Amino acid sequence: MKRAYVDHASATPVKKPVIEAMLPYFDQHFGNPSTVYDMGSKIKQVMEEQRAKVAKLIGARAEEIILIGARAEEIIFTSSGAEANNLAIKGVALAGQKKGNHIIISAIEHHSVLNSARFFERMNFEVTFLPVDEYGLVDPERLLGPETILVSIMHANNEIGTIEPISELSAICREKGIIFHTDAVATVGNIPVDVNELNVDLLSISGVSLGAPKGVGALYFRDKLRLMPLIHGGIQESGRRGGTENVPAIVGLGKASELALEELAQNEIHMRELRDALVSGIHERIDQIKYTGHPEKRLPGHASFCISAIEGEALIYMLNQHGIYANTGSACASKALKTSPVLVAIGVPPALAQGSIVFTMNSTNTMEDIEHILNKLPLVVERLRDLSPIWRENKAA
Amino acid sequence: MYSQEVMDHFSNPRNVGEIEDADGIGEVGNPVCGDMMTFYIKVKDDKLEDVKYKTFGCVAAIAVSSKVSEMTRGKTLEEAKSVTKKAVAEALDGLPKEKMHCSNLGAQALSILHVTNAVHKIP
Ligand code: FES
Repeated sequence: MKRAYVDHASATPVKKPVIEAMLPYFDQHFGNPSTVYDMGSKIKQVMEEQRAKVAKLIGARAEEIILIGARAEEIIFTSSGAEANNLAIKGVALAGQKKGNHIIISAIEHHSVLNSARFFERMNFEVTFLPVDEYGLVDPERLLGPETILVSIMHANNEIGTIEPISELSAICREKGIIFHTDAVATVGNIPVDVNELNVDLLSISGVSLGAPKGVGALYFRDKLRLMPLIHGGIQESGRRGGTENVPAIVGLGKASELALEELAQNEIHMRELRDALVSGIHERIDQIKYTGHPEKRLPGHASFCISAIEGEALIYMLNQHGIYANTGSACASKALKTSPVLVAIGVPPALAQGSIVFTMNSTNTMEDIEHILNKLPLVVERLRDLSPIWRENKAA
Repeated sequence: MYSQEVMDHFSNPRNVGEIEDADGIGEVGNPVCGDMMTFYIKVKDDKLEDVKYKTFGCVAAIAVSSKVSEMTRGKTLEEAKSVTKKAVAEALDGLPKEKMHCSNLGAQALSILHVTNAVHKIP
């Protein structure tokens, strides 16, 4: 059976060169980087090289990082993008609570940001959840507050693909001396990301969307920023994250960052081509659908829709039977049986939100994948609409 | 996560459709996730001569409606009462915990038809 995997926001295959780079670090070079003999100190050196590779991908001053040891502290390796987000929010809020107790995040943040902020709400912090417009864009004018110590707005949303005006938002914060964090899990490796251009203080990265293994991520933070560790322990990661480092995964993240930087420009064009073909093809073949997110300011490999009168979990299962792997924000597909907060925030009515479908492509996808989807999706939608009691009414309307 | 029986009914739902001159229509909305199920019945000599439905919902909801139609077709109204939430779920070789409410939906739709006062004759 033909297979089209278009859920790269959930997981990407680890690239072959990445696997090869990692392998020696399981058995040959297994030393603990904190030890002083050469078996360990060499690994420490390798880790610093990986830090430089990750830094380079996001425009942090990579050369300086190699030359001046201090710069290397700008990247902290974590276990995931979620941990990076937790460390950013909790680390900054805990370190800065004497200065103020107000945190601002957008209403469409990833759960790791959202729930970290909610955690502080319970600790007597004030949290503002910034609303977004119908495209999911945050309005920079709405960033205010005398007690504000931290603002966290994601670079791009992985459910609707919208890219936020980060440099505009961060400029407002910079002026007021407020720390700005962005969750760039959806963008790093997909579009150019430069921490200096974005003018952010902290930025989260995940290996999952980069072709690195699962279980590794990183947090960029600007020099001298005060950050309370989440995991207290030894001197690993300059005392900012205890625990013996996951060296093979870190090597994987380094290699994946290096490859991502090399392939970025070409991949972006490729993904945009596929995305545009998919979007126009779906519009031609299926009626009564809503293209969610911003039509232009969006991730190149990202297409998301709400298809009326059908439910997303059923849709995903039926597509699965045709070898198509996509995602949904439908309430029925979520464990909590709640409509995705992102779709609620952009004002999609609950019944329409049920028909959510999200395609995230990467460089490994081909035009054949798109054709396969365009052949099967209309059939599946028709089948489910035939089953639906509300489709008839919709059709008449 | 679903049993084979669920997947079978989801992939090939039985008795889908509407009944033009139905003797009763039971419509339930799912309060938990907002989905919907509509059942149509044709009654003859106290028996459910025909049972059809349309479902807007998840895999479980579709499988449940198919199973309910299968379990009640040709049964007397009294017999059909035994088609409870639990019985449907069991007949489907179990449902994930968070999907039990979808099973409730099926049972409820039918009970609305022939157990409660909500039965309404189509003119
Ligand atoms: S219909 Fe929503 S979870 Fe089953």
